[in-house]
Amino acid sequence: MRLQWMSAAAMAVSLAVGSAGVFAQPALDESEKEIERYRAMINDPMANPGYLAVDRGEVLWAQKRGKKNVSLETCDLGMGAGKLEGAYARMPRYFKDADKVMDLEQRLLWCMQTVQELDTADVIARRFSGPGRASDMEDLVAFIGNKSNGMKIEPQTSHPKEKELTEIGEAMFYRRAGVMDFSCASCHGEEGKRIRLQGLPDFSKPGKAAQETMASWPTYRVSQSALRTMQHRLWDCFRQQRWPAPDYASEGLTALTMFLNKQAAGGEINVPSIKR
Amino acid sequence: MTFRNLIATGFLIGGFLSAASALAQDKTSPAAFDKMEAAVKATFSRATPEWRKRIELDETQRLCTLARNNVSAADADAIQKREAARVVMPSDGKFLGDWKKGFAIANSGRGGQFSDDDKTVNGGNCYACHQMDLKEVSYGTLGPSLAAYGKDRKYDEASIKDAWTKIYNSQAVVACSNMPRFGVTKFLDEQQMKDVMAYLFDPNSPVNK
Repeated sequence: MRLQWMSAAAMAVSLAVGSAGVFAQPALDESEKEIERYRAMINDPMANPGYLAVDRGEVLWAQKRGKKNVSLETCDLGMGAGKLEGAYARMPRYFKDADKVMDLEQRLLWCMQTVQELDTADVIARRFSGPGRASDMEDLVAFIGNKSNGMKIEPQTSHPKEKELTEIGEAMFYRRAGVMDFSCASCHGEEGKRIRLQGLPDFSKPGKAAQETMASWPTYRVSQSALRTMQHRLWDCFRQQRWPAPDYASEGLTALTMFLNKQAAGGEINVPSIKR
Repeated sequence: MTFRNLIATGFLIGGFLSAASALAQDKTSPAAFDKMEAAVKATFSRATPEWRKRIELDETQRLCTLARNNVSAADADAIQKREAARVVMPSDGKFLGDWKKGFAIANSGRGGQFSDDDKTVNGGNCYACHQMDLKEVSYGTLGPSLAAYGKDRKYDEASIKDAWTKIYNSQAVVACSNMPRFGVTKFLDEQQMKDVMAYLFDPNSPVNK
């Protein structure tokens, strides 16, 4: 299985497959059909290594850590202390105790710092996993995201700060900058386009493309042998946009996630997914 | 003008216009713009000063950002005039270099990323967005097909000069074009642009086969 994956992955990397979704496109050419075949082939939950991250996350959630030597089980992700079902489907959201709109990763860091009094420097240093370096954040997001499976993305708009951050995210989506003048919209502002062979989801309007994308993160990236979160996806987008690396768990990334979730409202969550 | 050329030209204009109209549902208000700029500052606070400078907006970027590429006719004129003044023709008057080197540049998406090192040679990454050599199946569709580009234009001098302008500074031709301004930003140097030009205009280039 592993070997089969790897050769398939090597093939697919050169074909540049992106997300699991099929976007509205003109008739598929032969190369695109091959990509669809590959996507179907890897989309097997029983063989998705992302579920190993879910299991690791479950252990981390219950593990006593920090100066207070307590677990994260009293952390409130918006649904009440320790309640995980449906929490991810409603994040990012406003948290009164922090007076801030937070995505899941920002909230987890906040809980580590306040509930556990854990020094998060090491957790942040390991925000993205690498060979021989596990990431607590990736594992926790896989575990908690998975608890919203079957539920629909519900963008939060009841608090003024939620509305404001969504607007900021939308404006940022169209901000053209850098040596190539790229914005998010340069690639994701029109339907039925592709970069090389990779289909590009159009996030400029609400609907299926945004739903399929946002409802399938976190995902297991076969080409990186790692579970990845939306924080990592946006970091990689900015790399390709020829912008600087964004700060981890920063305001702009949460703003963009708010806007993308607005476009993805109603998308049914099924995570961790598996992608090229 | 051949049929294909006509289609390509129509597609070129239509493509950029529809790109603009697809984004036209809204504009960014000055108030939202200011809040966004503050958020951007907060988001890239750990980047080096050099990197942060790279994403400060010039006047053209500011107008395209506010209008979400759908600028008014007056702003479009202002942008195209300003950007046209920034185009520099080849110092020796020769537009065409080596098409084989041009292929390598068109095929390379390297350069300008925070994961690159100092030794990285920038590529034009033309294939990310454009069809060129029909034998290359891995091409993008964000821009129009450039297949048979020189041949369809009968390799004429005016088309060569226009293509140079477009590559050097796309926004001298279409305000808020999606295409990078390769010459203005110095992302490609003069010789690299000449080589890409040869890939488009050399009769021996696979683009024209």
